[in-house]
Amino acid sequence: MRRDKRVFVIGEDVGVYGGAFKVTLGFQEEFGPWRVLDAPLSETAILGGATGAALMGMRPVAEMQFADFISCGWDQLVTVAAKQRWRAGTPVPITVRLPSGGGFSGGPFHSQNPESSFAHVPGLKCVCPATPADAKGLLVAAIEDPNPVLFFEHKHLYRRIKGEVPDERYTTPIGQARIHRDGDDLSVITWGAMVYTAEEAASRLDDVSIEIVDLRTVLPWDKEAVLASVRKTSKVLVLHEDTRTGGFGAEIAATIAEEAFEDLDAPVKRITAPDSPVPFSPSLEAAFIPQVDDVLAGLRQLAEY
Amino acid sequence: MATARVAEPSGSLGEAKEWGLDREDLLGIYRNMLTTRGVEERGHILYRQGKIPGSFYTGRGNEAAAVGVATAMGPEDVGTPLHRDMGVHITRGMEPWRIFANYMGRADGPARGRDGNVHMADARLGMISMVSHLPAMLPVAVGCALAFRIREEKRVAVAWFGEGASARGDTHEGMNFAGVRRLPVLFVCDNNQWAYSTPAHLEYAVEHLADRAQAYGFEGVVVDGTDVLAVYREARRAIEKAREGGGPTLIECLTLRMEGHAVHDDAFYVPKELFERWAEQDPIEGYRRWLYENAELSAEEEDEIKVGVKKHLNEALGKAEASPLPDPATLLEGVYATQDDLDTPHHK
Repeated sequence: MRRDKRVFVIGEDVGVYGGAFKVTLGFQEEFGPWRVLDAPLSETAILGGATGAALMGMRPVAEMQFADFISCGWDQLVTVAAKQRWRAGTPVPITVRLPSGGGFSGGPFHSQNPESSFAHVPGLKCVCPATPADAKGLLVAAIEDPNPVLFFEHKHLYRRIKGEVPDERYTTPIGQARIHRDGDDLSVITWGAMVYTAEEAASRLDDVSIEIVDLRTVLPWDKEAVLASVRKTSKVLVLHEDTRTGGFGAEIAATIAEEAFEDLDAPVKRITAPDSPVPFSPSLEAAFIPQVDDVLAGLRQLAEY
Repeated sequence: MATARVAEPSGSLGEAKEWGLDREDLLGIYRNMLTTRGVEERGHILYRQGKIPGSFYTGRGNEAAAVGVATAMGPEDVGTPLHRDMGVHITRGMEPWRIFANYMGRADGPARGRDGNVHMADARLGMISMVSHLPAMLPVAVGCALAFRIREEKRVAVAWFGEGASARGDTHEGMNFAGVRRLPVLFVCDNNQWAYSTPAHLEYAVEHLADRAQAYGFEGVVVDGTDVLAVYREARRAIEKAREGGGPTLIECLTLRMEGHAVHDDAFYVPKELFERWAEQDPIEGYRRWLYENAELSAEEEDEIKVGVKKHLNEALGKAEASPLPDPATLLEGVYATQDDLDTPHHK
């Protein structure tokens, strides 16, 4: 925002309060009330407003207080913003920040991971960083991108994960996966908070060399990096916190089946949340979100196949 | 309880001059209204000839409302006209041959065959292409106005919608946000009394839709949408007010949709007497009479204008028919924008 006057922030409680997760704390003091706008409780107005402002040359960064609430702004994103470049030749460069994911007893409406729904929409991009350095590099890339970019910030990572973040300005390319952990026997394809669930499970398996591919962005996704890892290890586990049926893991599994079938030594395995709404009570939520033990069991099963 | 102001009908030539219209402007309005209707009448012919894929929508009866508002806009103002607002595109200067090409799904239509009907706009003329989810365009127009406000530019955004769209939440959210921030927006409701087959009294319960403006903290005005100069006067007043920081206005233009929802619909559900009554109030005929009575329009002048429009449209048809269908190989082009695509008039 210091570099580019076109960038402004709009969302509910993003100004004086600094956002529900304090991501924009202090912004309004520095940039004033017209570049850090406390919007009415109106996701449609926020996303439609961002779309219109982007069409007029601005670079809006809109915040949904929780990713779940993006349902209220579906039309503005999917019907207007995603199709405007293709239909009318006018790009819509907006970034929509989406605190997503569960693990805090947020219940059915404060815990969802809706990236798969939007990964089905041509014209959108979906970014799901797992590390602090990627969060910075991908956010800058999202703001610079000439398309509508959904930027999923897993809430479980806000305080749990610490990492070095370079001081200087840099971008992380959208659409490039990252090898989180190098290995030879088995690949785990995942993104967001599940990177760390996979890491913990992998660290408990001394006798199997596990590669973790952090997808970083699900639309566009780095097919080549996934296929390269699969060809190296011949066994693959696709892991995500979103529910199973039609989840983005299905797209990855189908692509592996189409393009790397001959390289596989075992069927592609998926570990995901089951097909239910996100539950509230801790015992139910632990049964919903894939746990380290679930991943460990899946890895063992694949290793022994 | 009605709270909206009911606008006076158009006045004399002197009054039109006061509002910035000289005789040439007045004749230009007439030409734009005739062109608007002519484009849509020829669209019907193209449809019957089987040259328009899908369906076909017109705004017959709404020519004065559309042309009146668009005439009041400044060159740097922007807007989101909908499918009854062909007159806006015409007034802003879109060439009719490109409209015919769009109807026919040709490569040279503004939507290049990717979208049909009036789902088109020319960014160079400050227009933004509509989607079928009509009220979704209101928050977009409000966002344009937000950009103008942030940059402290004296530009105004115009958002069109119908009385059917007024029932959707987007309309509320757009107007509420614009009211809260006093953004430079003009909301124009083309109240043509029928949303497909649903009459207005099943869409809203207030006396005038413009009464709602008070609830959003700005002024509402009801105007006869068949009276082009009254529409122009009210739109100009509202646009200049918005330009000077006075915030939004909601203008409700009362008209009747003189055809079915689309070409397949014979509008059997609209009482015949209603059509007959509103046919007497035809916006183009009414304005023609006004020009004779107030602006000394001569039969020769009228004839010259009509012949000119006809010639222009016939040439346009020929040019549109010469436009090719889009190359299927281009289907995936532009699903994602590149940095170069940001070099548009809007994004400057």
